[in-house]
Amino acid sequence: MEVLVILVPLALGLGLLGLLGFLWSLKNGQYDDLDGAAWRAIKDDEP
Amino acid sequence: MHATRDFSHFVKDAGSGLSHIDLAVEGVSCANCMSKIERGLSAIPHVTLARVNLTDGRVALEWKGALDPARFIDRLAELGYNAYPFESASAETAEAEQSRFLLRCLGVAAFATMNVMMLSIPVWSGNISDMIPEQRDFFHWLSALIALPAAAYAGQPFFGSAWRALRSRNVNMDVPISIGVTLALAMSVVETLGHAEHAYFDAAIMLLTFLLVGRYLDQNMRRRTRAVAGNLAALRAETATKFISEDEISEVPVAAVKPADIVLLRPGERCGVDGTVIAGRSEVDQSLITGETLYANVEHGSAMYAGSLNVSGTLRIRVSAASEGTLLAEISRLLGNALQARSRYVQLADRASRLYAPVVHITALLTMLGWVLAGSSWHDAVITAIAVLIITCPCALGLAIPTVQTVASGAMFNTGVLLNSGDAIERVAAVDRIIFDKTGTLTLPELDVVNSATIPKHVFDLAGQLALASRHPVAAAVARASQARAPLAGVVEEPGQGVRGTFKGQEVRLGRPTFCKSDQLANETLSLDPEASVVAFSHGELRYVFAVRQRLRPDAGATVRAIQARGIMVEILSGDREPAVRAAANALGVCEWRAGVTPADKIARINDLQRHGLKVMMVGDGLNDAPSLAAAYVSMSPISAAHLSQATADLVFLGKPLAPVVAAIDFSRKALRLMRQNLWLAVGYNALAVPIAIAGLVTPLVAAAAMSGSSLLVMLNALRARRVANGRS
Repeated sequence: MEVLVILVPLALGLGLLGLLGFLWSLKNGQYDDLDGAAWRAIKDDEP
Repeated sequence: MHATRDFSHFVKDAGSGLSHIDLAVEGVSCANCMSKIERGLSAIPHVTLARVNLTDGRVALEWKGALDPARFIDRLAELGYNAYPFESASAETAEAEQSRFLLRCLGVAAFATMNVMMLSIPVWSGNISDMIPEQRDFFHWLSALIALPAAAYAGQPFFGSAWRALRSRNVNMDVPISIGVTLALAMSVVETLGHAEHAYFDAAIMLLTFLLVGRYLDQNMRRRTRAVAGNLAALRAETATKFISEDEISEVPVAAVKPADIVLLRPGERCGVDGTVIAGRSEVDQSLITGETLYANVEHGSAMYAGSLNVSGTLRIRVSAASEGTLLAEISRLLGNALQARSRYVQLADRASRLYAPVVHITALLTMLGWVLAGSSWHDAVITAIAVLIITCPCALGLAIPTVQTVASGAMFNTGVLLNSGDAIERVAAVDRIIFDKTGTLTLPELDVVNSATIPKHVFDLAGQLALASRHPVAAAVARASQARAPLAGVVEEPGQGVRGTFKGQEVRLGRPTFCKSDQLANETLSLDPEASVVAFSHGELRYVFAVRQRLRPDAGATVRAIQARGIMVEILSGDREPAVRAAANALGVCEWRAGVTPADKIARINDLQRHGLKVMMVGDGLNDAPSLAAAYVSMSPISAAHLSQATADLVFLGKPLAPVVAAIDFSRKALRLMRQNLWLAVGYNALAVPIAIAGLVTPLVAAAAMSGSSLLVMLNALRARRVANGRS
């Protein structure tokens, strides 16, 4: 069961990384225009 | 005179030599528009950023050096989009900030829930199998490490609001929530210290997550309304033509006009400021302010109010500093009083929690005393009591109302109704009397030709082409009704008389009956319809007279009947003259109406009805309606309404038809029914779970299952608010 000492902090670290990623994307304004982002993804590049 | 457009008021400094402006754009709805606009604007030299926000319908622009913002607006006009600089109201900025904060809290709470759950599941299953106590303690300590800071951060919206309520000796929904969460966390820490089997970190943090979802949905609904209303206000482009020197004028946004400035008001323009006329003579339409549709004469020294429409002559107006003692000041004073009266209203959720909190807290207390009397230890009794608190924590209660509101407001949005205040739905559902204003509410705000059927098509077309040359509102109505696009060449405007030109070698005239030598015909038309304004047209020897007036909204009759069919009485209160109001009331089948009513009279009538226990909804658009909108139990305005009225109204409706009023009632009634159902569902769920808790059988697993089960049930039920059974008539 000593493996817990590695696994638990690892799991928490990964979770924290996800949280930081979310906070970063929020700060970056990535949730400001959800409708537009949906369209941009399928927009053709300029000819 | 040289005229320029000056938008420097809206330009912000974005640092490092960059300037920034936000434009509200009309009709951006797809990816095509988005790339067309972005490409079109980026092509202008020195533009460093052009980004469309499709959700809000806005464009953010940044550029280096000196560029005239008017150029962007012209470029967008070339691309086929109507745009205008946008200045976000402080209320909207605050809402956006608040919504971002809630999303941050939600992120933190969701992260903590996931990780605490990851630690809890092995403990739950370990209790059955063979987890050793040291491992369980280790997992509990880790859970505490995650849950405590996360709850301290993500709980802020609830703790803050509960504290504010308690300080003003009130109870709202956040009080039982805060008590429940705090006690659950504190008890879990104590239990962990004592190496106990159960800790409730997972239940507490999951509760916060679910509640934050409800809070965020609620907030987002209001933010969307604000964004749409903000854009519409910006696109209405309230500008004034200001004198920047003796003979030089500039078009500036109204916000940039200061007291003692002198502005020019041409015929056909709506006045954006309060002030005094210092030169010129004209007739003005003050219907937006007083409801009176008859034109008022103004000359040197007359007072002008924001919202008046200049009809005939050009005026110079000195902007007044303090407008105390004026109509506007009187209206703002009444408005302040009326708004204060309404803030006493308590929301359904808070009313529910007022009953709920004492019941729950007393049950917990009795549970504790019961167990002590039955001979168990104080420690066990306290633990059981707290388990009762956790299991009854109003998780579903917190979601019951916001979820229904969000779904219902989305459905209303699609029928053209915007919600301005969060609790409007429950108030609309209770309405049993609707008072309509006439001018601009039952009637359309623009003038319309009423006798177009009696005029030959080719004459109408020609008159429309001629009318395009005039800015007179009556002529504009003729031009609009004829749908003319190409103005006649070489048309001359005779001030105060009309316009004349030549068509196929013959003189054509449009204007006053005397100007077109058709007084007799005009009198005949007026005797048929005394409420109309007339404009005469002559082409050689041909004579025609157009009768122009505000027309009832196309579905006003059907809407009034639909409202009456729902058991709601309809009444008309108007500032207009008696014959006009009588005609409208007869046409609509409304038997209760009053004409020539002042803003104070309107409030008196509403208060009188409310004293008799009636729930009154006021539907109005004018500045004169603003105080009565605030005084009524609930209020609604068309989007064409004056600024102040629109800001006061609980609901705003878009477009020409009046049908959104009925849709709002139907959706609100359904939503209120669902809210009540949801509250009962939450109570029912508790009725099942509480005996288990009192019996001392609640493990963290049971608490978690009960909480997510009831929340899901309530959310699914809320989805039914999307449809109303009987539809819109």
